[in-house]
Amino acid sequence: MMSHLPMLPILIPLLGGLMMLLPPYVGADNYARRRIASLALILLQIGCAIWLLLTVSRDGAMLYALGDWQPPFGIILYADGLAAMLVLLTSVLGLGITLYSCSGTDREGKYFHPLIQFQLLGIYGAFLTNDLFNLFVFFEVLLIASYTLLIHGGGKHRTAANVHYVILNLIGSSLFLIALGTLYGTTGTLNMADMSLRIAALSESQAVIAQTGGALLLIVFGLKSAMLPLHFWLPRTYEAATAPVAALFAIMTKVGVYCIYRVFTVVFGSEAGQLADMALPWIWPLAILSIAAGTLGVLASPNLRTLTGNLVIVSVGTLLVAFALRTPEATAAGLYYLIHSTLISAALFLIADMVGLQRGKAFDRFVLARRVQHQSLLGIMFFVAALSIAGLPPFSGFLGKLVILQSVTEAGDKVLIWSAILISSLAGIVALSRAGTTLFWRHPVSKDTSDTETISSWKVTGTTLLLSTSILLVIFGGHVLEYTNQAAIQLHDVQLLLDVMNLGGTAP
Amino acid sequence: MELLYVICVGVTTFCGVFLCLRGRTFSVVVGLTMLSYAVNLFLFSSGRLSLNGAAILGMSDSYADPLPQALVLTAIVIGFAMIAFVVILSIRARADLGNDLVDGRDPPDTGKLIKSNRAKL
Repeated sequence: MMSHLPMLPILIPLLGGLMMLLPPYVGADNYARRRIASLALILLQIGCAIWLLLTVSRDGAMLYALGDWQPPFGIILYADGLAAMLVLLTSVLGLGITLYSCSGTDREGKYFHPLIQFQLLGIYGAFLTNDLFNLFVFFEVLLIASYTLLIHGGGKHRTAANVHYVILNLIGSSLFLIALGTLYGTTGTLNMADMSLRIAALSESQAVIAQTGGALLLIVFGLKSAMLPLHFWLPRTYEAATAPVAALFAIMTKVGVYCIYRVFTVVFGSEAGQLADMALPWIWPLAILSIAAGTLGVLASPNLRTLTGNLVIVSVGTLLVAFALRTPEATAAGLYYLIHSTLISAALFLIADMVGLQRGKAFDRFVLARRVQHQSLLGIMFFVAALSIAGLPPFSGFLGKLVILQSVTEAGDKVLIWSAILISSLAGIVALSRAGTTLFWRHPVSKDTSDTETISSWKVTGTTLLLSTSILLVIFGGHVLEYTNQAAIQLHDVQLLLDVMNLGGTAP
Repeated sequence: MELLYVICVGVTTFCGVFLCLRGRTFSVVVGLTMLSYAVNLFLFSSGRLSLNGAAILGMSDSYADPLPQALVLTAIVIGFAMIAFVVILSIRARADLGNDLVDGRDPPDTGKLIKSNRAKL
């Protein structure tokens, strides 16, 4: 059983999702059963993820050869500290949004819960696999689920946003395949560990072709993660999606960031001979510009969901900065920030939805509208989320940004990175305080609010769960940082990966 | 053979990209289809082109790499499903938005804008 552990996070949502398409669960009247099954499945996944994380941090990275085809031939699942951590993060996020959706969002379409499971399956798979083609397959699994989830609930606005999203991602998938073909054609392998060995031994003419493949991969991952010139789709898509779906999508950009971390550290890292760190000259300016573009977007946003979407772009920029520093310390800081920004931006999407539903037609736009009914509850939630994401103490955003700023060692970088991150934080505080005052304090004096919806406790529970992680991340900050440090060292230690794969030193 | 193959892949990719940049969903869908054909052909060629090569060891003198063939098979299945999805989505968008434009509305007529501005001057 222990040796099959890395497979479990993929199997549970796969079988569970299929199960929910079958008789006792399918049908409009059986939504209560689907909810129970969905919650049970997600709790099971969290349990599994914790087990995996404990095992990995005790015994080191684990290898799972599908069909027992040993590397470099078979498809390999590889669970190291980073993958286990991200699987746990995804499942916790999954629990939050499943709880939130039980308030009634899940009844707007028939297949909400199975689709969420398939989406989670794709995300877990993308984190766990060590085979580039398999990564493509899991990308497609998570994308097809996200296409259908994005249109969940229906409506003109969603259809229009979905057309753009689907077409962009289909072109992205084509580029991904071209990149894979190029890399397979030059290195003759798809296993990331094996590829890192062979890429260093390429001849000059072959290396140029492999570089093209690597650059194409960077474009694909940049599209998924909303890196600067490829970020235009994000605010509109996230604004159109239903709240729990938008919250779940908060992890999707991080999948792209994770792939950049993984592929451009292992395959095109410092050991790659002529192609060593080939992505760095691109990622440096793009990361800083992403922060700048996101910050401008934050200041210009007309409603809370677009504002959150732009904050996601800022966080992606910050994560890419942490990648571009190329030290394990910076990567560890980036990973801590990744956990924080995923959970808090997800929570902010949920809060935007709750606030919006109480403000009538204005929804979450920053205009004068009727008074929010549960002002203190929603206000406190928004306050915590806003302080957290803007990076003010005592919440996790402060710690996350602090460790990233501390990990910058060179004076030249310091000027650039410190000013970029601090100015964007300041702009974030300005935009969020403006948003908060408009949403909660500016309303006509006496207006009847009796017809607004009350907030279901499911929604409050789901959002509180996500928000409480911000405080937990600070209280257990030392342990989390220690763990991310280990994960980062593991990620940067390519030799360790080769040893686990039994490929060490057998380069042809 | 290589030259012919390269030209085929190149021309198909070119047409696919060109059509993807059009404003209406029909041409974009056709473009995506052509792009996926080109990608499949390209993937197939990543194991080098060979004639009369067996994919199983011990069957003949020359061998063909079986892995790209498996990859292409997977890519075809996935690509086919995705194209089917985008076709249905375009029909839905045609019904929901009342037109078949990717943006859901007519692009601003730049020619007219310039003319009216000139008339003001």
